Amino acid sequence: MNLKHTLAALTLAALSPLAQAQADPVQVRSWAASCSGCHGTEGRALPGMVSLAGADKDAMVKTMLDFKSGTRPATLMHQLAKGYSDAEITAIAGYFAAQKK
Amino acid sequence: MQRRHFLQTGTVLGAAGLVSACATVGGGSGPKVVVIGGGFSGATAAKYIRMWSDKKIQVTLVEPNDYFMSCPISNLVIGGSKTMADITTPYDNLTKRHGVQVVKDYVNSIDADKRVVKLAGGTELSYDRLIVSPGVDFMWETLPGMNKPDAKEQVMHAWKAGAQTLRLRQQLMAMPDGGVFAMTIPLAPYRCPPGPYERACQVAEYFSKAKPKSKVLILDANEDVTSKGALFKKAWTDRYKGIIEYRNKHNVTDVDVATKTLKFEFNDDLKASVLNVIPAMRAGDIALNAGLATANKRWCEVDFLTFESKAAKNVHVLGDSIQIAPGMPKSGHMANQHGKTCAAAVVALLTGSQVNNMPIYNNTCYSFVSSDEVVHVASVHRYDAEKKTMMTVPGSGGLSQAANALEAVYAMAWAQNIWADSLA
Repeated sequence: MNLKHTLAALTLAALSPLAQAQADPVQVRSWAASCSGCHGTEGRALPGMVSLAGADKDAMVKTMLDFKSGTRPATLMHQLAKGYSDAEITAIAGYFAAQKK
Repeated sequence: MQRRHFLQTGTVLGAAGLVSACATVGGGSGPKVVVIGGGFSGATAAKYIRMWSDKKIQVTLVEPNDYFMSCPISNLVIGGSKTMADITTPYDNLTKRHGVQVVKDYVNSIDADKRVVKLAGGTELSYDRLIVSPGVDFMWETLPGMNKPDAKEQVMHAWKAGAQTLRLRQQLMAMPDGGVFAMTIPLAPYRCPPGPYERACQVAEYFSKAKPKSKVLILDANEDVTSKGALFKKAWTDRYKGIIEYRNKHNVTDVDVATKTLKFEFNDDLKASVLNVIPAMRAGDIALNAGLATANKRWCEVDFLTFESKAAKNVHVLGDSIQIAPGMPKSGHMANQHGKTCAAAVVALLTGSQVNNMPIYNNTCYSFVSSDEVVHVASVHRYDAEKKTMMTVPGSGGLSQAANALEAVYAMAWAQNIWADSLA
């Protein structure tokens, strides 16, 4: 593989993390479980925290990306959102959207 | 000093009182997992292995306590704004909802070759995979006076929530106004880095309301406040001026319990009305006795993809007992995350599927600087395949800008939710 091919492959890999994330639902379930300490097992939270189970995927993604960019004010979610890639956020939101409320 | 600590950590301490098991264990089919210790990591692992294996893996949790009593929020019991009932959760939902078999007993020994755990009550539990999550035990050998008869009944650590939490509260209530509460903090690493500073705030708030002539003296072995330093110092100046005094580099070397006197490596002796000695810590006795504490004979090294011990096959170690990754605190929240990462790995290993090669999780830690205002620290941790450890994600995480009441509401909601995620 020459350099041009390598670069092309790297670019493709960089563009397709979402496909990777979606390929392994068990991995996404583990990532999502890192949210459940606060947001409840499988996203079903007790009062005082936002439940994520069965919520709208696009709305969750937008909220997280707004936390990440700083356009949505927060006490700490802006700090946690910055630790996850956009693709990871999309995959995790997909997991919670699919859970029973 | 570090070397002396290093040399002294080899001493192995015996188990405390023994309670016999009454449960009959065994039967059923499917792979068997035994979990030792029902704290934030062990209880979470037990629950999630059942959930994620569709109840095909049998899980037995060995835990000597009747109830889970939470260290987070326990400083508010010491300060008087919460009760023991507020921080207590039963284990029965693990059985009722998830089919975890809970055995009330102590572990005597682990035979990693035969894959058998022997309980004090005589029961033997065989396992395919073992999870060891005993939390911390104390390096009492560093404080000779604390090993005298009754010393541990008079001077509290209150660093495991339970009877000691309540006893320290009672000692503060019995203390005459004008007294001094002196708390010693060990060199890091120890369980819950900001915990002692939060406790100082809670006691100071109680004094400001009930005993205004009394003082809180923080005697820290460390160079400086180990967590949320600027936020705690601001609280001490703004809210508790004249009550809290902080002294760094005070490494306690002995305690004279009869005269309530603390002795230090370099500083003069100090007497106080109520002593709270938080001793240096290491992995729990069970982990040490099983030879799992490979780092300075103090903490247990693990593979961060599976939490499998680097010393014993088929044995996983979680929570405060592990040799932490860079930037990873010994916290209840982190222990809960260990539990889930290990649960996923154990299910994968026992069913022949792929272990997640990219764990990502976070830490959220709230501290009450009064009974109604809170500060936090948060971080995100991601597996680094080259370094083979968890690393904090650059640019993520951070602190509260200032103490605030909104986060006190979130802190209690966090507690309720993480207790439920771990135990219900």
